[in-house]
Amino acid sequence: MGQVIAFWIFAVAIVGAALGVVLLKNVFRAAILLITCFLGVAGIFILLSADFLAAMQILIYVGAIAILVILAIMLTRELSIGSPSNKFKIPALIIAVLFGAGIILTVINTKWLINTNAPAPTTTSGLAVKLFSKDGFILPVEIIPTILLATILGAIVLIKDKKK
Amino acid sequence: MNNYIWLIFLVPFLSFLIVSLILRPMFRKQPKIAGYVTIAAVGTSFILSIITLCKLIAAPDHILKVSEINWMFIQNGINIHFGLMVNALTGIMLMVVTTVSLMVQIYSQGYMKDDAGYHRYYAWMSLFTTAMLGLVMANNLLLAFMFWEMVGLCSYLLIGFWFHKPSAANAAKKAFIVTRIGDFGFLAAIILLYTHTGTFDIATLQNMAISGALAGSVLTWAAIGIFAGAVGKSAQFPLHVWLPDAMEGPTPVSALIHAATMAAAGVFLVARTYPLFENSATALTTVGIVGGFTAIFAASIALVQNDIKRVLAYSTISQLGYMMLGLATGGVAVGIFHLLNHAFFKALLFLGAGSINHATGTFDMREMGGLRKAMPKTFATFLIGAASLAGLWPLSGFWSKDAILSNALDKQPILFVLVIITVFMTAFYMFRVIFLTFGGEYRGKEHHLHESSSVMTIPLFILAALAIGSGWVNLNGGFSVFFGAGTTHSVIEGLFGIFKEPLPWISLILACAGIFLAYAIYSKKWISATALGKTFAFPYKVLYNKYFVDELYEGIIVKKLLMGGLFAAARWFDTKVIDGGVNTFIIQKVIVKNFFAGLFAFDRKGVDGAVNGVAGTTLAAGKTVRKAQTGQLQFYGLVIGLGLIALIAGVFIFSKV
Amino acid sequence: MTIGLNNYLILSAILFSIGLYGALAKHNAIVILMSIEIMLSATNIAFVAFSRFITPSDLTGQVFALFAMAVAAAETAVGLAIIIAIYRNKETIDANKIDLMKW
Repeated sequence: MGQVIAFWIFAVAIVGAALGVVLLKNVFRAAILLITCFLGVAGIFILLSADFLAAMQILIYVGAIAILVILAIMLTRELSIGSPSNKFKIPALIIAVLFGAGIILTVINTKWLINTNAPAPTTTSGLAVKLFSKDGFILPVEIIPTILLATILGAIVLIKDKKK
Repeated sequence: MNNYIWLIFLVPFLSFLIVSLILRPMFRKQPKIAGYVTIAAVGTSFILSIITLCKLIAAPDHILKVSEINWMFIQNGINIHFGLMVNALTGIMLMVVTTVSLMVQIYSQGYMKDDAGYHRYYAWMSLFTTAMLGLVMANNLLLAFMFWEMVGLCSYLLIGFWFHKPSAANAAKKAFIVTRIGDFGFLAAIILLYTHTGTFDIATLQNMAISGALAGSVLTWAAIGIFAGAVGKSAQFPLHVWLPDAMEGPTPVSALIHAATMAAAGVFLVARTYPLFENSATALTTVGIVGGFTAIFAASIALVQNDIKRVLAYSTISQLGYMMLGLATGGVAVGIFHLLNHAFFKALLFLGAGSINHATGTFDMREMGGLRKAMPKTFATFLIGAASLAGLWPLSGFWSKDAILSNALDKQPILFVLVIITVFMTAFYMFRVIFLTFGGEYRGKEHHLHESSSVMTIPLFILAALAIGSGWVNLNGGFSVFFGAGTTHSVIEGLFGIFKEPLPWISLILACAGIFLAYAIYSKKWISATALGKTFAFPYKVLYNKYFVDELYEGIIVKKLLMGGLFAAARWFDTKVIDGGVNTFIIQKVIVKNFFAGLFAFDRKGVDGAVNGVAGTTLAAGKTVRKAQTGQLQFYGLVIGLGLIALIAGVFIFSKV
Repeated sequence: MTIGLNNYLILSAILFSIGLYGALAKHNAIVILMSIEIMLSATNIAFVAFSRFITPSDLTGQVFALFAMAVAAAETAVGLAIIIAIYRNKETIDANKIDLMKW
């Protein structure tokens, strides 16, 4: 029962916040609502007993990405045009709705092979085994930092002041 | 193997690359290096040519084998090998080209001394030498055509060397376009031969012509096509109009290209493919008729020209006609023998003219005179060259001309009459030049007449020695034997025995008569030149205007363009008034055009419309489709989304999973 | 009612559509980036939901979601760097005004 209530609360919060992000005119408020959306998603993860993931969601998305977004908003504030909708409003709406409807229809009409076993209460240790053990995803774990390194270098190069 | 022969034309090509890619950009301030590099390269080719010739003389059948390059090989299709054909003809041509080229390069050091385009000049000269040497050594028609075109290109570049002069630029254009008309015939002949025989290889084609595998109308048309190319390059009538205008180029260029080598390329081509002509009587007769006619035609024009280089140009055209006639009546040895001698004395004459220009600043003979005192070396060598050209015994010109005359008498008596008259004319116009430029007193405005520097006179001396002696290679019949026909006899027999026939006496007497007439008119002034001009006013006018051939060509071409296009009637009328002599031609064209107006319209609207329509449609389609590239990211995203939805819908509709 | 897989998946689909709309229909480039983040979160939810309901013992879905998060972070960083660089050059972050690749 508690799960049901929690799910609906989080679901409404997420969808509402996302709608706010895309519909609000004020960019700063949109950024704050983005944080709200991410927090909601973290809650959903906890409901799905992915607790490590929830923590990561808050750390990475809220703690880094959202802060970065706010930083960028600050840096481009002088000529801030706010966040109006452009001329593709209607076509984008149609496409988004059609796409969503398509996915939902697919989801409803598929017979999922649901496994009724209960999941582990905390999945951190399971994740650790999955990631770092011999038959696990150790290679991607090594590659991701390389991607991050490339990203850092790329961002530095892009941001470097060429006048020097 | 004799693969060093490849170097003969590769070394000048290397010098071309060095001069144009290294020396011109990096050593711009020391232009003389370009000259040294070119002279070194051509000198190397010269030495290699001598070695080749010696080896050829010793080799059996006078053929050397050189390894080939497999250029294009398509299974069951085209199989083209590029290689070198080194036989007697090649050996002689190599000597001609490298010797004259070397002399001209050395001479150019002095003539082009302070010219701003020094590098460019030597680069083009190296490239030309490469092309000419490649042409004489090519063993298949395709390679020969390549070098043929390259030679034409270098001729264009060098005639228009002083391109900022409109007359030079136009002359270069004219040369290229007129020779192109001939080259079209050559290419058509190559393709015709290929479709009938499946090979480009010259030796194979020769064998097929000899054995009769290639005969009849195919052979005749092919031979005529090849001869068309030769007509263009060797400036025979009716494609002779470019050569006099080509005198706009620097004089060493005229000496090398338009006297000794490129102009002789046509003669060389006919000699190279001679078995094809031998086995087609029609083609051979055509060659002879065109050659004989051109000889007298050009000589008559040369009688009255005032520009020394024009006289020499028409003389070249006339002598090339001799060579063609020699090929037609006497075979390869006779024609090539005259080519050999002509190359040396004509190059000598041109270089001498250049030397005169250096001193007097002009080429107009009316402003010259009395130069024998100021320029003794030039005078002596020029005199030797002129005497050789006139055919005085025992200089080189006598031997080759005599051979041509005797063969013409045997085979083509009508043409013989034309050429024997030309002997008289040749002597006359050459010595007219001598008396006008070197005799009498100086009529010009130049204050300080001086002999040219030794870098210019030493080539003159060397060429003079060759002009005297190059005819002696056939004194014992050795030259003909080298080409595979004839017998040897002793040198004395050759030198003096020639006078047992009446023909040499006749030609010598005519030559001396010509010289005497020139002496009478221009030196002693017993007959006044101007009085002659007035008495024979009409012939003089016709000759002076080169039989109005240029005017005729421009009339036809201009008329064709006018009639074929949508020009205004006023311009049509204007052209009608200008060309008095071509009026009937115009009227004919108008009537004919009215009858064929429908065909014309079809071509313009239907065919051109279709072609333009295709292009227009493509452009319009491009303009429309281009609109999709808006550059806006979100537009692209929308389209992606649209496509995605279409895919999903498609999956839904077409696969009931 | 119980919360089943379908619920989570429908939530993910709605979130994705909202993010898609935002990415296609806003001027401000930073808002476009935020919409992309929403889309990525939606997919993360879907992955974890699949992992929980279809293979509860096998946590591959969660691993994937983890990696997706890392890559999303990297991509956001670079994207914002690009936006700032463009802002320096063109004084605007309006996605419709940046059309240098126009025909």
